[in-house]
Amino acid sequence: MKNDLPTERVHTRIWLEEAEADNPFVARAAFCHGYDVHGDLLGRARWVDMLYLLFKGDPPALAQAGLLEALAVMLANAGPRDAAVHAAMAAGVSGSPAAAVLMAALAVGAGQHTGAREVHQAMQCWAACGQDLAAWQQRLAAVPVQDNGIWPTCEHPPGFDINASRTPLPVLQALDRLSQFGVGRCLGWLQGERAAVEQAAGHPIGLTGVAAAALVDLGFSPDEGEMLHLLLRLPGAAAHALEQRSAGYKNFPFFDLELSREPAPEAT
Amino acid sequence: MTRQRVLRESTGRLRSRMGGAFVGSHTIFRGHDLHTELRNLDWVELYVFGITGRRLAPAQLKLLHALWVCTSYPDARIWNNRVAALAGSTRSSGNLGAAAALAVSEASIYGRGIDIRAARFLHETRRRVAQGVALDDCIRDELKRHRTLAGYGRPIAAGDERIAPMLALAAELGLDGGPHLQLALQVERQLQAGRWRWRMNYAALSAALTADMGFSPREHYFAGFPAFLAGMQPCFIDAVERPAGSLFPLTCQHIAYKGPPKRIWPT
Repeated sequence: MKNDLPTERVHTRIWLEEAEADNPFVARAAFCHGYDVHGDLLGRARWVDMLYLLFKGDPPALAQAGLLEALAVMLANAGPRDAAVHAAMAAGVSGSPAAAVLMAALAVGAGQHTGAREVHQAMQCWAACGQDLAAWQQRLAAVPVQDNGIWPTCEHPPGFDINASRTPLPVLQALDRLSQFGVGRCLGWLQGERAAVEQAAGHPIGLTGVAAAALVDLGFSPDEGEMLHLLLRLPGAAAHALEQRSAGYKNFPFFDLELSREPAPEAT
Repeated sequence: MTRQRVLRESTGRLRSRMGGAFVGSHTIFRGHDLHTELRNLDWVELYVFGITGRRLAPAQLKLLHALWVCTSYPDARIWNNRVAALAGSTRSSGNLGAAAALAVSEASIYGRGIDIRAARFLHETRRRVAQGVALDDCIRDELKRHRTLAGYGRPIAAGDERIAPMLALAAELGLDGGPHLQLALQVERQLQAGRWRWRMNYAALSAALTADMGFSPREHYFAGFPAFLAGMQPCFIDAVERPAGSLFPLTCQHIAYKGPPKRIWPT
């Protein structure tokens, strides 16, 4: 009955819905990449299985699921010092809607400094350099071409921690743990060549760099990795925002103001 | 200065050259008292002053207002407006819908993503042409970098109905003689004469007009942020006044599935 089909349709490789016989607006079954979501997946697939399935179209191997789950734990909460969590808390403490809290965390956590855009750029470095130390050294030595469209100019190589003078312990622990899953080649290579890569960058590797390597090892593209980084960091932002909402704005830092006597010059 | 020292010196306080709220007393906005010195400013004038630190002439302000008026389309089919309207249809809040729709407006095929590229192209091309580079080479270089020319051609239509009224107003206000606008029109003529056949769209026109007001590409990008807002709120209101979930309802048949056949989850 091809003639009965709507002329404008949503084309997808991800999702199929079968309608109730008497109501095309109600689904009697939904399938994700061929798997019956409510009749088969529920209770059998883990959250990270579903996540991987949605993006990659097939279930993950056991080690891939393990790595993705460990990465999700690593990213779940960056803590209240993190700018994205700070943004969520600022929204939460003043009673903004739940979606605004997460939108605040997403907007701030989208950036090129500690955010998802940094992960995207770091994944592009992996795509360009792979496991070739000389290629990494050449790329990190070159002055980056700054034509980022809507994004402001970035001051540091993506994936490296400009706050640290040596590799922080949590970064070393994360790199070690995630490497143990034996998925892909980036994490293991990074563990072996970390010192040389850090020397070339002038900064120690950061958690964004470890996350980027893990996402490449899992077979995600930079666009997919950027999305996942945004998504997986939301739980901590949500929890901290709700905690601060309960505590009230009087207990949340407002900070002093130091206003320059010289007003800002005309923008250039 | 070391990174740690930079952070230490910024800890516990906001250091600002832009302004501050002395709540209960007064507010400083770029060195001026908001409630005494700036209170009579047109809102758009204040907005641009906040971005650039400069004040617009009355004719420039009128042109900027018109730039926004002419691109305020209350049509919920347009991708960013659709977000605001869907928020109304699902009975979300108006603010969330509009905020998301404005964020969506930073797109790569329209809105802010194109605005900043169009502005950069015109600024850069003007500089290069002045150095003796042929305009045709500037166009080819941009196409080599981006495969498209921001500000020329249009995703869903060949022409742009906003161009003629804005050019007429610019002429009326005496603001149609600037070098960036002349360059933008020259690029269109070049494209028409060559194999591309693209016409100038609103992104190039607005970038050229603000460049001739002295806006940098980044200033043009910031100034454009509310450009679509006036068209969004009617989309939300229209949707929220209709039955919940009745905006663009999709049947199961609207989903054209092209994935793998049904299969069993591996145990």
